[in-house]
Amino acid sequence: MRKFTVQSGLVMPLDRANVDTDFIIPKQFLKSIKRSGFGVNLFDEHRYMDKGEPGRDNSGRPLNPDFVINQPRYKGASVLLARENFGCGSSREHAPWALDDYGFRIIIAPSYADIFFNNCFKNGILPIVLDRKIVDELFAEVDALEGYALTVDLGKQIITRPSGASIAFNVDSFRKYCLLNGLDDIGLTLQDAGDITGFEKRWKEASPWYFGV
Amino acid sequence: MTGKTLYDKLWDSHLVKQRDDGTALIYIDRQLIHEVTSPQAFDGLRLAGRRPWRAESNFATPDHNIPTTMEERRQGLDGIRDPISRIQVATLDDNCREFGIFELDMNDIRQGIVHVVGPEQGATLPGMTIVCGDSHTSTHGALGALAHGIGTSEVEHVMATQCLLQTKMKNMLIRVDGRLNPGVTAKDIVLAIIGEIGTAGGTGYTIEFGGEAIRSLSVEGRMTVCNMAIEAGARAGLIAVDQTTLDYIKGRPFAPKGDMWERAAAAWRGLVSDADAHFDRVVVMDAADIIPQVTWGTSPEMVAPITGEVPDPEKETDPSRRDNMRQALKYMGLTPGTRITDIKLDCIFIGSCTNSRIEDLRAAAAVVKGRKVAANVEMALVVPGSGLVKKQAEAEGLDKIFIEAGLEWREPGCSMCLAMNADQLGAGKHCASTSNRNFEGRQGFGGRTHLVSPAMAAAAAIHGHFVDVRDILLTLDR
Ligand code: SF4
Repeated sequence: MRKFTVQSGLVMPLDRANVDTDFIIPKQFLKSIKRSGFGVNLFDEHRYMDKGEPGRDNSGRPLNPDFVINQPRYKGASVLLARENFGCGSSREHAPWALDDYGFRIIIAPSYADIFFNNCFKNGILPIVLDRKIVDELFAEVDALEGYALTVDLGKQIITRPSGASIAFNVDSFRKYCLLNGLDDIGLTLQDAGDITGFEKRWKEASPWYFGV
Repeated sequence: MTGKTLYDKLWDSHLVKQRDDGTALIYIDRQLIHEVTSPQAFDGLRLAGRRPWRAESNFATPDHNIPTTMEERRQGLDGIRDPISRIQVATLDDNCREFGIFELDMNDIRQGIVHVVGPEQGATLPGMTIVCGDSHTSTHGALGALAHGIGTSEVEHVMATQCLLQTKMKNMLIRVDGRLNPGVTAKDIVLAIIGEIGTAGGTGYTIEFGGEAIRSLSVEGRMTVCNMAIEAGARAGLIAVDQTTLDYIKGRPFAPKGDMWERAAAAWRGLVSDADAHFDRVVVMDAADIIPQVTWGTSPEMVAPITGEVPDPEKETDPSRRDNMRQALKYMGLTPGTRITDIKLDCIFIGSCTNSRIEDLRAAAAVVKGRKVAANVEMALVVPGSGLVKKQAEAEGLDKIFIEAGLEWREPGCSMCLAMNADQLGAGKHCASTSNRNFEGRQGFGGRTHLVSPAMAAAAAIHGHFVDVRDILLTLDR
């Protein structure tokens, strides 16, 4: 996995609560058996005026000029500023894959749906939780200043605003460690293979009915 | 010392290793697999040269992409017209073969929606930890199992290590006291709960559902409730084990038999929260207050009783909620103050892992029996949750009742619950659906979904608009 250190990026606001994973990447794109290539279909139903299909060339499709991702000032954004309960709905990991493939590395929101939040870390994306009041402020600042960018220092757990003012944030220490070092969860867990085998043996003796078949 | 909740017990019994930072390795007894969220996980295994830790703990069936007409199904994989869907289903077959994983393939009579098939086969057992790359894995909590929806990286992680990395959730109890009114079902209970606590109300919790109204539900009804725990924001829902649970499981193909059954059943009886267990949050509702529910918006919490009306966003004081309501009404093409019973329907969908089990089909059939689908309804689908549900329904003659009333009787799969196959809701069309999500575009681009119980969907099919199914049931009784 990619290592996450200090990152600066243009901020794109998505001013809408309860953005679900179908909004992020509509279900027809879940038919792919690959992990990459979802970026052009990120927010597909809102980004384009017509219906997207997997495998289709997206270059000639009519864009929705009102949707934020199509506004030139947000081109190249890597920080997504969002609202409550971001990423609710289906557990599809295609949602973080699409965000990542498009170029988003950081999400800032007052709250996330649980599975989505988890999936972000597994894909090198940092979802940051901030108070709604601060998120409101950020929305206002982004709107007021073209080219608004934030710098996120995961090691120090600090976000720096263009004004130089900083915001501290919390992150689970294990997840932070994995992100900073680009560690793969499976390899880490297999370091505990002895514990797993030991548990499995005891559990099988206590509850053999789960091992039947 | 205070007692333990059911969730505490399930967690403790599966704890392999607690890390200092609060995360834990939890042992997983069963992984359910379908075609959409697994190919990248199998690929990951292959790339790293890994094999499944315990191949026989995995159980696969394709469901999301599967066509539901007999004509297509008869042709096997070739019947899947969309080449991309076909590759995905074929990839599941190949992966299961390569990694030695049990699969009910698309034309096995036992195939169906993974959350219907797991319990039906006894692959879901009380006291298990269960995962699946699908958020509605919460369904299996109805049998007293700790069941989580997970992402594809986690699917790979569980295959390779038999463990899931988790932080323990908080405990919530939702107690529904008293008896349900006639015509009110498990679906109405869970929609009313979500209306009460909101779609993020359960975030960070495992919800245990209890109280007399929950206890009196069949296991099928309990699955409907737990299925939608995720729609209340909780990754897992739970219902304590009782005699109803044990009666449901006994004799199922993957369930223990003979002496082993006795030992297992004795252990499972302890899968209840202790009387003095501590819950971080308790929500109490009265079953008598719940009447049939209909969603009017684009989130399951946007729900009203059938006697109600579409609310007015301008009366909402929270600005973010107000915006959401405005957006929802615009998308749904509804005006504030419209009576729910005045919402006309173009489509009816009876199916999905929420409501496609035999008792759901019985409830719908009882309402449409001897009647005809209204002229304004363009499409009305009944999609059983599994091949065995279908077979049972046909043995009871339910298929004929549906067909005579003008509904289509389909082959099992997810179908128009999420419209990944050919079953799609047209733009601007209103659909009374027994599924679990009414998000924008969920059932088809531009489609407008109203979530209801099977009986309510059936009644809407006959009248062409929503009606209070309690009125119809009164006339049926006479
Ligand atoms: S029926 Fe619908 S909710 Fe259930 S697993 Fe299939 S797509 Fe998901």
